[in-house]
Amino acid sequence: MILTSKNIVQTKKKWNLSVILSPWLVPLAIVGIWQIISSLKLVAQHILPAPTQIIATFWLLLSNGDLLNHLIVSGERVLVGFLLGASVGIVLGIVTGFSKLLQEIVDPSLQMLRTVPLLALIPLFILWFGVGEFGKVLMIALGAFFPVYVNVFLGIRLVNIQLYEVTGLLQYSFKKRLTTLIIPSAMPNILLGIRLALGASWLVLVVSEMMGTSAGIGYMIQDARAYSQTDIVFVGLVMFALLGKLSDSFVYTIERRVLKWQDTFKG
Amino acid sequence: MSKDALVIENLNKVFATPNEQVVALKNVELTVEQGEFLTIIGPSGCGKSTLLKIIAGLDVDYTGKVELNGQVINGPSLEKGFIFQEPRLFPWLTVEKNIAGDQSLRDPNIKQQVTELIKLVKLEGFEKAYPRELSGGMAQRVSIARALLRNPAILLLDEPFGALDAFTRSHMQEVLLNIWQTNKTTMIFVTHDLDEAVFLGQRVVIMNPRPGHIKSVLPIDLSFPRKRSSLGFQEMRRAVLNEFEKVEEETYTVGAGI
Repeated sequence: MILTSKNIVQTKKKWNLSVILSPWLVPLAIVGIWQIISSLKLVAQHILPAPTQIIATFWLLLSNGDLLNHLIVSGERVLVGFLLGASVGIVLGIVTGFSKLLQEIVDPSLQMLRTVPLLALIPLFILWFGVGEFGKVLMIALGAFFPVYVNVFLGIRLVNIQLYEVTGLLQYSFKKRLTTLIIPSAMPNILLGIRLALGASWLVLVVSEMMGTSAGIGYMIQDARAYSQTDIVFVGLVMFALLGKLSDSFVYTIERRVLKWQDTFKG
Repeated sequence: MSKDALVIENLNKVFATPNEQVVALKNVELTVEQGEFLTIIGPSGCGKSTLLKIIAGLDVDYTGKVELNGQVINGPSLEKGFIFQEPRLFPWLTVEKNIAGDQSLRDPNIKQQVTELIKLVKLEGFEKAYPRELSGGMAQRVSIARALLRNPAILLLDEPFGALDAFTRSHMQEVLLNIWQTNKTTMIFVTHDLDEAVFLGQRVVIMNPRPGHIKSVLPIDLSFPRKRSSLGFQEMRRAVLNEFEKVEEETYTVGAGI
């Protein structure tokens, strides 16, 4: 009895460790090979600085406060832009999802706008709003809006008609129908939309920060490029990778908690 | 004799398509007593599910009189419970939350009723389970409990055990009879299973297709609990089967739709 339960605990622990390690195997291997190439001086430092050099630069920027400043500026833009775009996306998605009429009025225009590459709008935004914060936040909001809008709409239209019939038979109020059927049912799509929107937000942020600004991670990269400080460029890139991954994992964690009822293939 | 709960007089229902009109129900007359267990049986296309949907208020596009306790049926209401062939549970809610539905379990009164219903449908220990963790029979019992929480005057069941295996089905029939005897709820049970109709019903309504109408109504004068192997049961079964064969003969001789 004791032996079996101990065995179970052990296998569980082992499994957990491999799960924690497995995503890091490929990055660690690449960094290792990279360090070897740099140490052997096969590539010039200003093309590909050694990982140790990048780490040193990272510490320097962290200790003199530069990195944190850029980070706060970028974080603020992404957060405000994302929240703005995502909330408008949720509201419009729900509205068009519920009403066939509003769908026919609103959706075609939005779909047309969606096909315009977002980055092609940048010149127009600079003309309209200048290079200030407003234009940047608006760009990010626009980038975050579409994935959320499309997926919320889809989620509502995927609500099971049989369950909808049940809420009719049991005389649910509109509010109860929304909170106990529509939103939980659309939740997988809503969360997917939010994950995609976060990715889009980071993307638009970088592009918008590469023109006409004096702070932010994107600016830091652009500025370092001008002085051939390749190690700083890499610090910026790694920051983006970490922030992107962090925000994605955050939503993924919520997803796993909220959607634990799902009975789907888990691989 | 107890009073009539459901009165249907001269009920007609036509499905109109652009090309033709299909008479789904023709001149249906039926009264169901308070607390009665009525089963409806017939081949597919005989309108038995359509009839049940009209009683439930899910279909109000008909002519004729359909009254529940003196009230004209013009939409769904809580006094008409409905059980579909599929359990139709909310996959993101636990068993007890599925039963509670739009009611809050924080209300001690609701909580107590849900606990009692879980006991009634024999699902103790599964209060916190999700629908995916339940078997088909268990899920259907949850949906019955969900309907019963609303205290319906009449429970309408549309082939509720049709998707279950034979053993689970006969167990579910016992559970349903137990509920009926405990709660005295009026039951209308649609099925295409002859044994099921005879085992459960105090009266069996036999319906005939093209156009859908009631062929005959057979009282089953057997006391509960019934034994499928008993002579009386076999005789009643044969009587219903006879009616059925008449239905088939008519269908074939008329040759409608063949």
